[in-house]
Amino acid sequence: MEISPWVILFASIFTNNMILSNFLGMCSFIAVSREIPTAFGLGQAVTIVLAITSIFNYLLYHYVLLPLGLEYLRFIVFIICIAASVQLLEMIIERFLPNLYYALGIFLPLITVNCAIFGVSLFMIIREYSFLQSLAFAVGSGIGWTLAIVALAGIRQKLKNAPIPKGLEGPGITLIITGLMAIAFIGFSGIVQIQ
Amino acid sequence: MSTIIMTTISLSIISAAFAFLLTLADRTIGDYGEVKLVINHEKEYIVKGGDSLLSTLRNEKVFIPSACGGKGSCGYCKVQVLEGGGPILATELPFMSQEDLEKNIRLSCQLKVKEDIKIQIPEELFNVREYDGLVESIIDLTDVIKMLRIRLPEGEEINFKPGQYVQLKAPIYEGSTEEVYRAYSIASSPLSKDYIDLVIGYVPQGIATTYVHFHLREGDTVNINGPYGDFYYQDNEREMIMVAVGTGVAPILSILRYMKEMNIKRKARFYFGARTTKDLFMPDFFRELEDSLYDFKFIPCLSREPADSGWDGFRGRVNNAIDQFLEDGENKEAYLCGSEAMINSVVEALKKKGISEDLIYYDKF
Repeated sequence: MEISPWVILFASIFTNNMILSNFLGMCSFIAVSREIPTAFGLGQAVTIVLAITSIFNYLLYHYVLLPLGLEYLRFIVFIICIAASVQLLEMIIERFLPNLYYALGIFLPLITVNCAIFGVSLFMIIREYSFLQSLAFAVGSGIGWTLAIVALAGIRQKLKNAPIPKGLEGPGITLIITGLMAIAFIGFSGIVQIQ
Repeated sequence: MSTIIMTTISLSIISAAFAFLLTLADRTIGDYGEVKLVINHEKEYIVKGGDSLLSTLRNEKVFIPSACGGKGSCGYCKVQVLEGGGPILATELPFMSQEDLEKNIRLSCQLKVKEDIKIQIPEELFNVREYDGLVESIIDLTDVIKMLRIRLPEGEEINFKPGQYVQLKAPIYEGSTEEVYRAYSIASSPLSKDYIDLVIGYVPQGIATTYVHFHLREGDTVNINGPYGDFYYQDNEREMIMVAVGTGVAPILSILRYMKEMNIKRKARFYFGARTTKDLFMPDFFRELEDSLYDFKFIPCLSREPADSGWDGFRGRVNNAIDQFLEDGENKEAYLCGSEAMINSVVEALKKKGISEDLIYYDKF
């Protein structure tokens, strides 16, 4: 795979957006997209966790699992690694960046179960990325996820004044909007493709 | 076969490595050293930082009431923080009123003690004490409700108001890996200060109730602390309407025993809600009180009694009984204890009769 990390970075933000083209990380995407500031906070946390877990998981996979012939364990090992690094990250942020800690609040532990994190770790293995490519992919996916959730939060804030049919309020209309956003993002797909 | 062993071993090693890393981080990054805790401007404690305020206070033998045991789901463990403690967390907001926010009231189970902190707690919480009591007897009231008599250690006594509750500690036992504290109303009279009675129903999967129903034996020692609560007997002349279902009868029992022993001359009505006669415990005790109390009526209400059972009392829910038997709400006050649904419907029924909400006292669980 000879794609430049820069291409991967931008592709994972726009054309291969984790939410809008892979539909990963939907639970928190829908649950925490009511206000722009909280959505942005969660987006930042997801980006940080993505960058860190992809480094850990890359090293773990290439220097522990592959040499021992244990590739089939990657699912379970990645999940353990994600859970542990989120815990570790929470402790570090709580100690050294208390303001960020209070701003992120409960979102940080919530990220453990965000499928986008796990998805990035698996994609980077399946697509045989190098270390730099993986890092670019992870950071790009994080930024892309942030972009999508902040955009959705913006739309949902406007939506508060709109007459929505009773049955569609909340998650219903949110899913429809997500679909429309995904269609809009197809517009980017001519620029570059990385699958 | 070797694949299985290899998989197990490597997975264990990887997990152990992460566990080690996290423990190490907890010892270094999570160690906040010693911090100073000041309560009510007078009492000073030097405590180890990093734990929640609730457990830090518990270690210092200051007990803040908490029904959920520190999970942030009951909202009881509120404490006013004067200094330190950081901003309020998202997990606390659902329990806070505007007034609470202005006074910087916090949930002590969510607040981590990481710096010097000053707090203000009600003076009576210093009266709250911890006891290692002896389980003197366990009686089956119904198939799923037991009555415990816990005798306090020689020379110790508990001072409580009829209606208040204590917290009982369920230790680690087979099938439960954590210590939990659960709140139970005291059913015995406050005049007998050397023992307490608790009425405990079985809740499937309940950590503390499973402990009491299947692991606790007569002669065992249990840890309790208390008393707590602002649901208790009010001293005045109004007619009392008492309503309880299931284990909610416990605080009412305490109030009735107190009234009998003090020979209090007040009109009182007690609506006891149950499903069938099997769930109606201690009926003879309450019927006897009709004679020995000044003016007391016992009104059992059965909601699921089979039609052919020969039951000649009231059939229906307690709120229906109030609709039917209570003439008006004038000069009356109410004491309710039971599930949220029951309390909501009874409060509705009482308000319809003209009893104002501030004369309705209740304990929801």
